[in-house]
Amino acid sequence: MLFKLKRRGPRLVQRVSSGELRNRFDRRSFVLGSVQGGIGVLLAVRMGYLAVAENEKYNLASESNRVDLTLIPPRRGWILDRNNIPMASNRADFRVDLVPERVIDKERTLATLGEILELTPAAITDLRDKLDGTRGFRPVEVATGVGWEQFAALSVRLPDLPGVVPQRGFTRNYPTGPSVGHLLGYVGTVSAEEYEEEKNPLLITPGFKIGKDGVEKYFEKDLRGQPGARRAEVTASGKIVRDLETREDVQGDPVKLTINAKLQDYAARRIGLESGSVVVMDLEQGDLLCMASMPSFDPNSFSDGIGRVEWKMLSEDDHVPLRNKVLSGLYPPGSTVKPFVSLALLHAGIDPDETVFCGGGLRVGNRVFGCWNRRGHGTTNMAKGIYQSCDVYFYAMAQRVGMQVISDMARKLGLGYKYPLPVASQSYGTVPDPAWKERKYGQEWQTYDTVNATIGQGYFLVNPLQQAVMASRIASGKRLQPRLLMTARARPAPKLDVPDEHLEIVRHAMWEVVNGAGTAGRARLPLDGIELSGKTGTAQVVSLAYGKGGKGVPWKYRDHGHFICFAPYDNPKYACAVAIEHGAGSSSAYPVARDVMTYLFDPVKALEVLHRYEEEWGGTAQERLARKYRSYEAAYGGGAPKPESGEIENAVARSENAPAPQPVNNAEEQRPAEGDAPAADPAPSPTPTASPTPSPSPTFNRPGPRR
Amino acid sequence: MNMLTTLPTTLGRQPWGVIVPLTALVCFGAAVLYSAAGGHWMPWSALHVVRYLVFLIMAMVIARFSRDFVKMMALPIYVMLVLLLMAVEALGFVGGGSQRWLNLGFMTLQPSELMKPGIVIILARFYDMLPPGATREFRSLLVPGFLIGLPTGLVLMQPDLGTSLAIVFGAVVVMFLAGLPLIWFIGAGVAGAIAVPILFFVALHDYQRQRVFTFLDPESDPLGTGYHITQSKIAIGSGGMFGKGFGNGTQSHLNYLPEPHTDFVFATMAEEWGMMGGLFVLFVFGLLLRYGLRVARDAPGRFSRLMAAGLTATIFFYAAVNLMMVMGLAPVVGIPLPFMSHGGSSMMTIMICVGLIMAVDRWGKRDMRGSFEDS
Repeated sequence: MLFKLKRRGPRLVQRVSSGELRNRFDRRSFVLGSVQGGIGVLLAVRMGYLAVAENEKYNLASESNRVDLTLIPPRRGWILDRNNIPMASNRADFRVDLVPERVIDKERTLATLGEILELTPAAITDLRDKLDGTRGFRPVEVATGVGWEQFAALSVRLPDLPGVVPQRGFTRNYPTGPSVGHLLGYVGTVSAEEYEEEKNPLLITPGFKIGKDGVEKYFEKDLRGQPGARRAEVTASGKIVRDLETREDVQGDPVKLTINAKLQDYAARRIGLESGSVVVMDLEQGDLLCMASMPSFDPNSFSDGIGRVEWKMLSEDDHVPLRNKVLSGLYPPGSTVKPFVSLALLHAGIDPDETVFCGGGLRVGNRVFGCWNRRGHGTTNMAKGIYQSCDVYFYAMAQRVGMQVISDMARKLGLGYKYPLPVASQSYGTVPDPAWKERKYGQEWQTYDTVNATIGQGYFLVNPLQQAVMASRIASGKRLQPRLLMTARARPAPKLDVPDEHLEIVRHAMWEVVNGAGTAGRARLPLDGIELSGKTGTAQVVSLAYGKGGKGVPWKYRDHGHFICFAPYDNPKYACAVAIEHGAGSSSAYPVARDVMTYLFDPVKALEVLHRYEEEWGGTAQERLARKYRSYEAAYGGGAPKPESGEIENAVARSENAPAPQPVNNAEEQRPAEGDAPAADPAPSPTPTASPTPSPSPTFNRPGPRR
Repeated sequence: MNMLTTLPTTLGRQPWGVIVPLTALVCFGAAVLYSAAGGHWMPWSALHVVRYLVFLIMAMVIARFSRDFVKMMALPIYVMLVLLLMAVEALGFVGGGSQRWLNLGFMTLQPSELMKPGIVIILARFYDMLPPGATREFRSLLVPGFLIGLPTGLVLMQPDLGTSLAIVFGAVVVMFLAGLPLIWFIGAGVAGAIAVPILFFVALHDYQRQRVFTFLDPESDPLGTGYHITQSKIAIGSGGMFGKGFGNGTQSHLNYLPEPHTDFVFATMAEEWGMMGGLFVLFVFGLLLRYGLRVARDAPGRFSRLMAAGLTATIFFYAAVNLMMVMGLAPVVGIPLPFMSHGGSSMMTIMICVGLIMAVDRWGKRDMRGSFEDS
């Protein structure tokens, strides 16, 4: 029709009449009507497509608009000690989180939060760091333990504060704070890497915490539990109209450890101002009763994120509060090796009654190795070699049997191994032998290496846990394996492949150390009928050409103090190892061991002693840490430098990569005094961690005054 | 004739076939607005009904106008509207910001709205006067070009793309029906088809191009402009066949749907009434448009034909663009849905169109009784 018109058009130019226009109008209005009808049909079809064909999809979209599913973080399982005392529990409180993605005006939000929650400048700086360091969807904890008034005030102002999530929740609570810091670890909000690994929406739910270290991390799966969920109808701006349904969370399973929580706390506090560790083992099944490492961090305050001030305080401390010294501390064991070296000698057929004359030193090759007692011990048999800790006896005897026998015995007693424990990391330490040296340094084993090793210096490195295991095996005569998880099946400990007579000789010598004419007479237990047996150890940290490693030198050059022991002597029940870093000799270690062992038998008496000390130190470890934090906060406020991301967790978790101390071949050098040697000055009161007076004479070649 | 006999006759001659469905549609719209306000008559629903009644009376009054009167008023009204548009522009310039309406005290007047029927009337008048032979000449384009260009330019300056498109659409439909050579429309269409892509890539700014892309793929920008289209589609799609029930629309009540009482009122309706409600709305619009075109076809004289058809096209443009927009077939332009959206200016415009179509209807019926077709 239209085309006809078009073709005819030119000839009709002059003859366009009103009738023709009328026809055109009719035709074209018909076209117009058709177009309108067509569009009407199109719209109807489109609507049918949306509402009927795609109905399911849009219904879903509408529901997901309408319904907001909020996960309720599950209550974390408790961590219990062997007597079901909670070492980590949950405290119900009000908490405030911030979801950075939803925050519109960051500065205003921070200012309002700071005002309502009364945050300190340092806390606001930390909050800003956390906001900057997180990706949008990961919530950031603002505060826990918020008071009801503040919580209510904040809830009222919520419409002006998008992204702020106040809620009732649970905060992890460690009643003994720093005492369990290294053992249990801590919890914290999920890092970007952890979320990448496990794409679980629970991980980025405000208020959810994940185990970051220690037991908390190792048993994360058991402790976590099942999240609850709350379905609520929300408006486009996120306002909750009404709750639809709520599913309760399922609390995580408890984890029961072999630790004795009270003992753990006692030992941690007893370490006091020193940097050290205490391990106590039960000799029945190898249960670890205590694994204290101090100074430590407070896992309670770590759980809401590690702030700048806290980081500065901890990272600047030369007592390395971030390292778990029980598992990751590596020390030359010093004279604590002498009991097992003696066992090796006995194994090699040395008669325990055979004597060596100690004149204060022994020439080996073209060098002279000094005994710690420059005056010499005179005629020395094996027992005296142990209880007087005579170096010369062992220099002489070890040369006769060779290193391999000694290394084998060390391994038999558990040195140089990692144990099957539920911990994040342990160090192996080093049990040197000729093959090891060849492998490591490509050098042949020398006699003087043996000599160094027999007094626990040179290449020998152990951690305090290994020392405790060694003590437990000597005391029990069984191949005990340490056990940390109470529910783990106890492995029956086979008999140690060492004759009982040999063990008895060594045990008795260790009894002499404390109860006889030994180096640790002051370690005697203040209890009737319970006798402690032990062995002191003083290990040099650096070769000090200029002198001693006692209290007169800078802290980091002082000798480490060791003490391994067991009690009671006649029927050993507990073994204990104490290591005090730079304690200036074993006299820093055995008083701690004495009090910890006392606590096992008579807690009241032991606590009296502790309370006296704590008065002097300025409170419990937790109180001192809190005070220190406040002083740092006052000094630095929000101005402390920002820690690198990941730096903190690495610092806490690291162990393998902790640098092993340099070997100190110190037998050539001056030897520190052992224990409270007869020659020792009276300890400066009132602390019994007295400095022994080291003998001043450096070597035979460099004669000094003799006493 | 006395009152007693006149009144029933007058009533009987009203086109009830279209007034009744329209009233039903308005009542339906009022119900939707009632629900959108969370179950309240205020602020939208009651006003909606009252306005309709007022404007219905106005339309009936307009329907009484004689053809000569309307013809006579075409130019003065057009001139007045252009002056008002200029006044709005001037006020906006003085006030330092764009403005679309004049505050008359008792109501706000949006001259650009009134220009939609205004352009149709003036063009119908122009082609009515144009000798039939002249439709092939360029002067048949020259004057209308000026008549269209002036108000369109002014409205574009506001800036209001939707309304200027509506004005141009009404005008083009009148020109098309006036019998201008088809080749011109085809040529303009081809030229447009070539020019649009070129303009798109050369003349438009990035953000403008972005808007077009957003229309083509609303999910790519779910929180920006695409948000409106997406939420509207969700509202319509989730309604299903029979809807979620009156007052149960979650998209509108929980504020996911933007403008649930104006531009997106259809989505609000469709969520609660489903496809059935949608078909009802389409059906009523179909009735109205069919009535309009039928009146145009049977109208006496060229002027009435062109005017009735042009006004019908204007109503069609409103409804079609709005519905296509809410269903995601057209970009988001601020055009309300006649008889359902809350808003006085647009309802007044639509009711003026309806009134004028009813007037043409009356002229036609009167002429049928014996007079010759004029022109």
